[in-house]
Amino acid sequence: MRGRAAVVLVISLFVSALTGAAASKTRHARRDAHLFQEQIPAEQRIDQALNRLTFGPRPGEAEQVKSTGLKKWIDLQLHPDRMRENPVVAEKLKALDSLAMSSRDLVQNFPAPQMARQMVNGTLPFPADPNRRILIRKLAARPQGEQTQRPDLARLFTPQQLRELRTGTPEQRLAALQAFPPDQQEELIADLPPNVLQGLIPLAPPALRRKLELAAGPQQVVVRDLAEGKLLRAIYSNRQLEEVLVDFWYNHFNVFLDKGADRYLVTAYERDVIRPRVLGKFRDLLEATAKSPAMLFYLDNWQSVGVSAPQAGRGVAVRRGLNENYGRELLELHTLGVDGGYTQKDVTEVARCFTGWTIRQPQQGGEFFFNPRMHDRGAKKVLGVTIPAGGGMEDGEKVLDILARNPATAHFISRKLAMRFVADDPPPALVDRMAKTFLKTNGDLRAVMKTMTDSKEFWSVGAYRSKMKSPLEMVASAVRAVNGEVNSAIGLDNQVAQLGEPLYRKLEPTGYSNSGEEWINSAGLLARMNFALNLANNRVAGVKIDAAPTAQPGAPIAGISLGAPEFQRH
Amino acid sequence: MRTTRRIFLRNSAVAMVGAGTAPVWLQRALYASAAPRKKILVAIFQRGAADGLNIVVPHGEKAYYALRPTLAIPRPAVTGDRRADATIDLDGFFGLHPWLAPLEPLFQERHLAIVDAVGSPDPSRSHFDAQDYMESGTPGLKATVDGWMNRALPQEQAKASPLRALSLGPVLPRSLRGPRPAVALQSIGDFQIRNSQAAQAFQQLYLESNDPVLQAAGRETFEAVAMLQAVQKQPYHPAAGVEYPRGRFGDSLRQIAQLIKAGVGVEMAFADIGGWDHHVNEQGTRASEGQLATLLQEYGSALSAFWHDMGDGMEDIVLVTMSEFGRTAHENGNRGTDHGHANCMFVLGGAVRGGKVYGRWPGLEREQLYEGRDLALTTDFRDVLGELVADHLGNPDLGAVFPGYSPRSLGLVGV
Repeated sequence: MRGRAAVVLVISLFVSALTGAAASKTRHARRDAHLFQEQIPAEQRIDQALNRLTFGPRPGEAEQVKSTGLKKWIDLQLHPDRMRENPVVAEKLKALDSLAMSSRDLVQNFPAPQMARQMVNGTLPFPADPNRRILIRKLAARPQGEQTQRPDLARLFTPQQLRELRTGTPEQRLAALQAFPPDQQEELIADLPPNVLQGLIPLAPPALRRKLELAAGPQQVVVRDLAEGKLLRAIYSNRQLEEVLVDFWYNHFNVFLDKGADRYLVTAYERDVIRPRVLGKFRDLLEATAKSPAMLFYLDNWQSVGVSAPQAGRGVAVRRGLNENYGRELLELHTLGVDGGYTQKDVTEVARCFTGWTIRQPQQGGEFFFNPRMHDRGAKKVLGVTIPAGGGMEDGEKVLDILARNPATAHFISRKLAMRFVADDPPPALVDRMAKTFLKTNGDLRAVMKTMTDSKEFWSVGAYRSKMKSPLEMVASAVRAVNGEVNSAIGLDNQVAQLGEPLYRKLEPTGYSNSGEEWINSAGLLARMNFALNLANNRVAGVKIDAAPTAQPGAPIAGISLGAPEFQRH
Repeated sequence: MRTTRRIFLRNSAVAMVGAGTAPVWLQRALYASAAPRKKILVAIFQRGAADGLNIVVPHGEKAYYALRPTLAIPRPAVTGDRRADATIDLDGFFGLHPWLAPLEPLFQERHLAIVDAVGSPDPSRSHFDAQDYMESGTPGLKATVDGWMNRALPQEQAKASPLRALSLGPVLPRSLRGPRPAVALQSIGDFQIRNSQAAQAFQQLYLESNDPVLQAAGRETFEAVAMLQAVQKQPYHPAAGVEYPRGRFGDSLRQIAQLIKAGVGVEMAFADIGGWDHHVNEQGTRASEGQLATLLQEYGSALSAFWHDMGDGMEDIVLVTMSEFGRTAHENGNRGTDHGHANCMFVLGGAVRGGKVYGRWPGLEREQLYEGRDLALTTDFRDVLGELVADHLGNPDLGAVFPGYSPRSLGLVGV
């Protein structure tokens, strides 16, 4: 004991002597470099692949990968279209009907209260579904302060049922409600207090659940479905790498769902812009985000007007002008990276190029269009390249060309991928090789991923189990590890938020950190331990597990292994 | 597992503190005996670049009104009734946004000092980089691994409280990261594991883990959990008449007040409030309406509530506010403002020499603006923080807190 203390003291003095000295950084870099050369033993390779390329192994999955062959399994993950999807995914997602709707349909079907009022008084169109019309009329009829009249519950329930509704467990409340015939249920639901509704939602069977959700507030359905969809796919999909990449690229091109119209634009954004392109060409992905209503709204470009554009200065109420927000984040966060060699002047010039890239009726789920009246037609110079005067929408497209083939972009994107899949501080030699592939293949993201999974660094001691799981990764991997049966993922979504990563709700355009350090702190660790206990003891609403597998020798309390330090890394 | 320098430092620091194996009651007794009148620093970060020019309004500056035809806060009323939409005059030149009315008496009673045209000298207009530089305390230097608040914690002779440095929120901010233990908590009530048998099992697993980072973080966590048990049992009642505004920021300040009053050894506390990035529709049709107004209402009433809740306790507390950079002096085309440069900081405390706007005012005429667009910087934010670390917390080693910089004192705190 004394010996150990002495050693620690000596080491501490040694380290203090180095504090602030640049020498320590290179010294560590050199030692790390050696760890990224050293290969993990063969028997750990499947574990490494499952940890990094999926949301964590399910029981028995390692054996399946072994029988498929690791090389072939990785190849399939890189070509998700060649893989049969787990039918459970479609079955579970079926109930979440908003996920398949257009932005316009979302606005109509899940309106905010003031929109419902507009539908009733005829300034907005009504949805086709008669049931939805009834609901919207009810919503519009609600007093504006959200303070609903206390319903006369005694009229509707027997004393016994009332007791169960008031003080019973959510299960008893659900049974009390389901005791009524379906047509009466509708009426009851509309009069239930909000807290009772919220408690019932994760437990109810799909059809009833949607009714409860709509009564609780149609707007919330959209974000709930998104979060549930993400978690259900993460837990059940066979195309695991694709799911990991959809999360990665959504986060890279982050949009904050609670910003106004984005509430109705994010569903299509993730589904139609991000998801189909995560293993495609970076240039396509970049352009799709640049033209997406979700991004145009989030980073304000839809309102940006060239100073000399035909429309500038028109209108008394709003004097419009250039807005730099998108231009800056495009360079800093989406492509070159903050050290990518651009200036404030470049930011302004890029913003000028994108004037006129706007949205038609954003509050009604409108689509992208180029408005020449908002466009600055003057000449621009971006990163040394002149964009001649007189251009239109192609000015912005030229900027995307310049950025997508810039070596700084290749490096920035490669490093970010390597941070997610290899190590928080990935070895520069690997990043360089990935960037080389990026440039050689015109930004083929599948090829970049393949360079990475083929690298010795990916299979090295330096990479293995070195990454801290993000909250989403932690929650999904825990459910997978215990083969949890997810009826509703609302409870899991709450847990992910408790752990520090509210889904679709990162306000800043940076997205969530890819570095483990972000997630290592006391609040996060306690939340992880509590989640582990709740999950293992069937206290996460909507999830059922067979508790047996979590009770292991040496960890007699169910859930301990999921909250243990080892499980927080992957 | 790879060991970085940060992990290495943090780990050895924890090891040096030692004695983690003592029973909980004994630990608590040890902490409780710590000197009762420790100086406390509370740091508030306004994330998203707050519009300092509409928070501390230079109503004596003609150019301000020319640059902001629709966003300028109207001049104070010359006589008679105060107008709800006008600037609250402080000294004939500067004034406060109308929703900061709760702070006016604190300024007039000389407890609140304002530093204007202050900020980070780094020219970055990236939120992420600028926040990072301000929180690391080393503008322009990305290699810094720890935060200024962590480095500013005075050296301890005896065992330090596990709650001496804390932040409210789900993640530990950059400012507090580093070798000295610091705790992030979402809420006091939730900071526990309700099953005591499981808590023990977890504690053992973390303390015996061979993962140095999680071992250290786990140790800090369980020490803090043990300490908070007593606090959790008491419901908290703020001082009479004090009401914190609803929302995360008010909750954060209320809980900081609760922990300080509970005497658990808090020396550094951190809270943040986001949503200041107003590129579009910063203001409604009047100065008292719109996004900035709503946020300032929450912000001002929370700071005021904290002051009144702490009462005499403010003698030992200084609260300081900051934001990564200011916003363009001119408004943009969308009734908003874009990323700028210098900003304002508030310094609030019993020992603060308040009632004054510190810092040289650079002016807002075109040739006076930084890069032709932003309020120029005349005071480095490290001058403000450095003085608080040295003269309030009593840590003279500013070379270690702000390496490569020698803060100059503005005379903000009394001796």
